[in-house]
This record gives sequence, structure tokens and C-alpha cells, in this order.
Amino acid sequence: MRFLLVEDNISLATAVLDRLRMDGHVIDHAANIAAAEDFSATADYDLILLDIMLPDGDGRAFLRAHRNRLVETPVIVLTARSEVSDRVGMLDLGADDYITKPFDFSELEARCRAVLRRHGGDSSNQKRFGDLIFNPLAGTLSVGDKTITLRNKELRLLEIFLSGPDRIYSKPKLVDRLFSYDEDVSENAIEVYVGRLRKHLSGSGVEITTVRGLGYRMSLA
Amino acid sequence: MNEPLQTSGSLRRRLMLQLVGSAAFLATLLFFVVLGFARDVAQQTHDSILLASATSIMDSVSVQADEITVDIPYAALSMLGNVSNDRVFYRVSTRDDVLTGYENLPTTSQSVRSGHSAFDTLTYKGDSIRMVTSLRRLSLNSAPADIIISVAQTREGQAAQLAQLSRSAMQLGLGFFLVATILAIWAAQSSIRPLKQLTEAVSRRGPKDLRPVQRPVPSEMIPLVSSLNRFIGRLRVSLTRSEDFIAEAAHRVRTPLATVRTQAEITLRRVDRAENRASLREMIRAIDESSRAAGQLLDHAMVTFRIDSLERKAIDLTELGRELVDRLQPIAELKDIDLHFFGSGNPKITGDAILIQNAVRNILDNAIKYSPNESAIQVSTRQNGNTARIQVEDEAGGFVGMDTDALTQRFTRGENAAGTIGSGLGLTIAREVVEAHGGVLIIETSKTGTGACVSLCFPLH
Ligand SMILES: Nc1ncnc2c1ncn2[C@@H]1O[C@H](COP(=O)(O)OP(=O)(O)O)[C@@H](O)[C@H]1O
Ligand SMILES: [Mg+2]
Repeated sequence: MRFLLVEDNISLATAVLDRLRMDGHVIDHAANIAAAEDFSATADYDLILLDIMLPDGDGRAFLRAHRNRLVETPVIVLTARSEVSDRVGMLDLGADDYITKPFDFSELEARCRAVLRRHGGDSSNQKRFGDLIFNPLAGTLSVGDKTITLRNKELRLLEIFLSGPDRIYSKPKLVDRLFSYDEDVSENAIEVYVGRLRKHLSGSGVEITTVRGLGYRMSLA
Repeated sequence: MNEPLQTSGSLRRRLMLQLVGSAAFLATLLFFVVLGFARDVAQQTHDSILLASATSIMDSVSVQADEITVDIPYAALSMLGNVSNDRVFYRVSTRDDVLTGYENLPTTSQSVRSGHSAFDTLTYKGDSIRMVTSLRRLSLNSAPADIIISVAQTREGQAAQLAQLSRSAMQLGLGFFLVATILAIWAAQSSIRPLKQLTEAVSRRGPKDLRPVQRPVPSEMIPLVSSLNRFIGRLRVSLTRSEDFIAEAAHRVRTPLATVRTQAEITLRRVDRAENRASLREMIRAIDESSRAAGQLLDHAMVTFRIDSLERKAIDLTELGRELVDRLQPIAELKDIDLHFFGSGNPKITGDAILIQNAVRNILDNAIKYSPNESAIQVSTRQNGNTARIQVEDEAGGFVGMDTDALTQRFTRGENAAGTIGSGLGLTIAREVVEAHGGVLIIETSKTGTGACVSLCFPLH
């Protein structure tokens, strides 16, 4: 996906860029409203992540102008404010959603997905691997003429495997990415999800193999 | 603000008392002036008749053959009878002799010159009389001789007339007093009215309305209203400033926290060693813990602040519930929780939507937080009788063996909370908001024991 991040704090921006690039997203960074306007005028983004407190003005001003330009690109606001005092306004001003700093990237991803889905996210985002067609936005997986809807954790697990086919993912790393930090889960919990995915993938020519002592790998049979 | 102010009397009463007091004073003055004037007029009339009578007697005095003769005309005395039925006395005398009439009629103490007369009020035989004394100098035996004529009349008729007059004057005074009092009440009322209208206009305002007062007011109130406006202005500035300050403070704290958290997530992806991973996870947890606690503390402070001046607007509970559920759907999804909303009807309540949203949000956050993966949460609204209810049911085991009253106290967490991130303020906020709206928070475990069933019940709009 292609993101525009509007954030004046350079260290946060750098961290977010790194983090999102890790998942294979393309992301541009604007440090103020003026730059944000230049970027959004010249490139097409799937989503804009907008900080509210910016050096050359309130992010709300950008939001309003952005909406007046009738651009479809959805905007998720990054806010530091208490929700009670700031809740009104963001959504009324035309933000599609907002998330409070500091944020969990799985939550950010989930919110992005929900926003894009609401915007009628297109199927051009489909990923193909072997005989399977995966639509991450809709969360559907098609093998031949059979289409099923994946549960969220199955979907995220599949996304992880698809982002690096033939790579080995260790159980602890998969746990980190699938479960939130306040859940105490044993590494074996991952086996359940891998088991389910294997079942969904049967007949697609794609298989998840267990690499003893190391983890799992997805590859074409 | 809510404790009663000390009053230093009522302006309206003071104004009214002053006006009524002046009216009473004027009415009394009017009474005496009218009475005095009437008495004078009556006296003058009486005096002039007495004088006329004396003059006509005087005219009948003649000197014939060196003899003074008096022939009192009938009219002289009857004209006095026309005035009242009072008794009439007269005397015609010289310096030495009484020629005719009542000898013992008192004499005037004034010295009267010829052709002139004097009036006296005297007592004769126990009655008050009014007497005129006229003098004329004649020549008798080529010597001057003074003829003194006194005519007197008792004053009972006049007294009766005066009593009548003073009754009328009294009525006049009273009438004046009554009319003046009514006018005073009206004047006090109408001069106080702009003050009342201003008060109403200001107290009708919502808690967030800090606009200056614009309505036209009488010029005397301009200083009051302009200092009120300056005060409102200062309040607005300081409120905005403290809101900006909180926003700025939150921004400054939360932005670096976000950086650290993101960096920690990135590092966690990169490192393999179990100990490092464990400490990174701990770090992320601590960040979440502190930001969550800070957020909840701030929310709680905001809630307390907003409850103090509660906004009262109509809120559709179903709409509010549906919006919240939409908003939390992505978070529920992360745990593969089926989050359902079921709104029956559109129960309307009165209150502060932001507070109620926050209260429900806290309950829903709990449900998601304590629910296992792949369970279900049902949020529903309904109306029964006079209450509107929004209810959150989950499958997280509920409050079995917990003291639910204690859980609504600040910073109190249950045994099942170990390991989850929280500050023990969620249920406190929810209860405070619900109670501020005159409702109740019901915390139960579903009958099957599968999970919690928390309801926020509000009186209907
Ligand atoms: N839906 C729920 N299911 C089970 N326990 C709950 C639920 N909601 C709240 N609790 C219990 O009530 C306690 C108080 O809740 P709360 O005031 O929201 O604080 P926190 O969630 O931050 O611990 C929690 O610590 C938890 O033990
Ligand atoms: Mg809670």
C-alpha cells in the first residue's frame, strides 16, 4: 500500500516509516502542512496518516482543505489528545478514523483495513501465489472456484507468510505479530492457526512446512 | 457557585419602599394643606358674613336729637342664620355704655380704629365663638363718640363642616396614596425587568457558551454588563489556554512514547534472543500501561469537570451505541471477536453525549479486553418503561466471586485483571457518568455464567 505520513516529529516519523516499510508498504513523509499539500497533489495515496499538531498549523485545516478538494483518499488522524476532549471534531471534520498515540501497529493496520474496506477498497490489491488468490482487504481466500473468508488472525498469518515466501518464521516472532502484548500466550497457540491455514490451503499447491526447531515456511509444493 | 449568596436586601423592595414612603409623605402633606386651605376659606367666608352683618348694623346707627338710636335690621342677623343654625350674639355699645344686645359678650383685646374691624375667636358661655368688632366714630353733642358693634356666632356648624372637609381631605390623601403605591409597584417592577431578562438570558446558556452578552440593556446596566463580558472573555481565554495546555502536554508526552513504542516493535522484529525479546515485550507493555493510565486519568478529570456543568441534549442511545461499535470493530477483529450490535427502537435520553459515549466505551473496552479470542460480544439498546438501557454482554467469565461494588471504586481491579493492561478507572468513570445522568450502572454476570452483562440505564428523555 502507498501511505502519506504527515508528522512533524522526525524521530516518530522515521520510526513509523521504518515500521511500515518492514511490512512492504510504500510511504512518503511530509513534516508540515505545506509539504503534505505538495505530496498529496502530486501522488496518489491509498491512505493518509495525519498528525493534528503541526508546526505550520492545525492538521484540521489540512483535513478541511483536503475534503474540499473532493479527494477520495481516506485520512486517519493520529492524535495525542484525551479522547473525551477531542473525540468530537475529528470525525465531523471528515477524518475517516483516528488513533491515539502511542499506537499498536496491529491496531493501525486493522483500522486502515477497515477504512479502506469502507471506501470500497479495490480488488487490485489481490495477491496471487500458486493457485491461491488472496484479497487482504476483504479477507477472502480463493482456491479454484472455492472462496472462503478468513478469520483475522488467519488472515494476518497468511499475510506474513505471503510477504516472504520460502522464508522461515519462528514461532516467537509469529506470536509477537499475531497476539497483543498483554496477552499471555504460549508459542503452541500458533500451531492452531497454522493448522487452520493448512486446511484452507489444501488443494492450492501452496503448503506450510514445519522446519524442525526453527519455525514454519510457506512455499509452492 | 451553588452555595446561596448573601443578599443585601432587594433592589425592587428598596425602590418600592422608597416610592411608597414618599407617596405616604406626600399624601399626609396633601391632607394637611387641603385641610388648612379649606379651614381658611371657611373662616374667611364666615368672617365676611359676620362683617357684613356688623356693617349693616352699623349702618342702622344714627344720631337723632343728640341721642344714639339703633334699629337692628332683621336681615343683619338672619344672614348669619343662613350660614348655619349657630346661635348669634351681638352688642352695640359706646365706650361707656351698652346700648343694646348681650352685655357680657367678651370684648376684643385688639385696638380697633374707626372704620375698621377686628376678628377674634373667643369663648362665651362655654362655647367657642367667632366675633367681629367694628368701630365708628360719630359726633355726639359736638363731641366724638365711638360706636362699637360686636357680632358673634358659635362655631358648631363650622366645626361640623370642618369635620366633613377633613374627611374629604383624608379620602383625597388616601386615594392619592393608593394610586401612587400602584404606580410605585409598577415602576419598581418595570425598572427591575431588564435585570431579570439579563439574568434569564445568561442562565439559559449552555455550559460551553462563553459568548459575550449582546442583548441591548438600559444604559445604567452597561457597566455591569461590560464587566460581565470582560469576565466571560477572561474565562474563555483561560479555558482555551488550559485546554491548549493539556493538548500540548499530552502531545509532548505521547509523541515520544509513540516513537519508543514503534522503535521497540521494530527491534522486537529484528532480535532473536529470548531474553531480549522478553524485555522488549515488557517495555512495550510498560508504555501501553503508562499511556493508558495517563489517558484514563485525564479522561476521569475531564469527566468530573464536565459533570459539574452537565450539558443537556437529546441523545439517541441506539445511534450512539452503533457508532461506538463501528469504531471498536477493528479492535475486536484483532481478537476475532464477533462484536454485534442490536438496537431495538431509538430510546432517547437527555445528557452529555461525549460523557455517555466515554462511559459506554469503557464498558466495551473491558469486554474486548477480558474476552478470549474468538468469542462474541453483544451490545444492545432497548427501552422498557421509563428507562433506556444500553447493555454489553460478553463471554469472558463475568464477575464470579468479585465484589462488583468495590470494582466501581477508583483504581480497583479484579483478580482476573492480572496480566491485562488497565488502571481500574473504567467502571468508575462509567458509574459516575451514569449517576450524573440520574441512571444506574448494573454490573452482573449472565445467568449461564458465561460472561459479564453490564447495563447503563438512563431515565427516558
Ligand atoms: N467484562 C468484564 N469481564 C470480566 N471482568 C471485568 C469486566 N469488566 C471489568 N471487569 C473487572 O472489573 C475490574 C475493574 O474494571 P475497570 O474499572 O474497567 O478497570 P480495568 O479494566 O482498568 O482494570 C477489572 O479489573 C476486571 O477485574
Ligand atoms: Mg477497564
